Amino acid sequence: MEKRLRLVAPALAIVLAAIASLAFAEIPLSQRRSGYEQMSREVKAMQDDDTSNPASLSVLDGEALWTRREGSAQKSCADCHHDAETSMRGVSARYPAFDAAKRRPLDIEQRINLCRTEKQQATPLPFESRDLLALTAYLGKQSRGMPIAVISDDDTKPFIEAGRQIYARRQGQLNLSCQNCHDDNAGQKLAGVELPQGHPTGYPLYRLEWQSLGSLQRRLRNCLFGMRAEPYAYGADEYVDLELFLMWRARGMTVETPAVRP
Amino acid sequence: MVATLMLGASASARAQGVRPYTVVGDAIPASLTGAPGDPERGLKIVTNRQVGLCLLCHSGPYPEERFQGTMAPTLAGAGTRWSEGQLRLRMVDAARISPETIMPPYYRVDGLTRVAPGFRGKTILTAEQIEDVVAYLKTLKN
Repeated sequence: MEKRLRLVAPALAIVLAAIASLAFAEIPLSQRRSGYEQMSREVKAMQDDDTSNPASLSVLDGEALWTRREGSAQKSCADCHHDAETSMRGVSARYPAFDAAKRRPLDIEQRINLCRTEKQQATPLPFESRDLLALTAYLGKQSRGMPIAVISDDDTKPFIEAGRQIYARRQGQLNLSCQNCHDDNAGQKLAGVELPQGHPTGYPLYRLEWQSLGSLQRRLRNCLFGMRAEPYAYGADEYVDLELFLMWRARGMTVETPAVRP
Repeated sequence: MVATLMLGASASARAQGVRPYTVVGDAIPASLTGAPGDPERGLKIVTNRQVGLCLLCHSGPYPEERFQGTMAPTLAGAGTRWSEGQLRLRMVDAARISPETIMPPYYRVDGLTRVAPGFRGKTILTAEQIEDVVAYLKTLKN
């Protein structure tokens, strides 16, 4: 009996490890798909054509805000950063990015607000406000077509890991994790809707269901609401860590901002 | 198979109104309420997307219901595949059978994380609703 156990135990360990690795399997890089590929031809066309993309208006608003002098410093973004089409090219694709002073990653919304409070001496823009969405859409547009390139280094790794843990953690009354749907069941149908892999390639994006532009944090709140979990406050470290992990998970995928989703 | 006896709900859960139950093997043989459920009410719970939520993940023998899920096995034939007691444990807390399951724990309030305030301390379904659903699923024979 003891001998048999000794023989069985390693095999059992291998089986258990295989089960564990299956349960925590990440989507292979080559098999990642943007939610864009799951959309109808009509919605794809809406995103692809700037004249029909409903987020284009916000991009134009953002362009106007870029040159508007703000705060007691009476500085505009353009006063320091000049032409966004050159200076901001590829910037959004690197966010969230580590901020040395804050000792943690900031998302693009927080980065804009840091400029507002510290450089423009202006009040921060509220999350999901028209102006903050417009500015993030305008900045995001400058990275459209570029690969997502958040940085994984000694500074950011602990936060990517923190985000990964939130992603994998069961939450809410329904006791589901992000991973349960977006890794393990991506492509399956939740009610009638094909589950996307959940790559944040196009934020801020125009969601037909919202009838408006919205941030990734708004989208994350939607999922938490569906899981019957307590959402985090806008701007919470947990959201930024999760954003960073999701962007790292989508590394190399193409920025679509401003995307359109059903 | 050796029957294992486990006391279902913990002391804190009892304080929050979850009734104790006894797991035998992979089943809860006895009704949570002490009475049989009503299969007609059970059907309504199963097909209601705000109450039972079942069709978000499962499909079933409902040609008239659009937008059924494919994340979990069909409910068709559930009453052939499982006994009443097995169905009851799978509703109450399926993670006791398979820790990795995505089946939500319909009658558990312990061991959950960041439950939204409106749902905190509440089970997804009441004991009566669980019994109605079990009674209904029993009728789904192949």
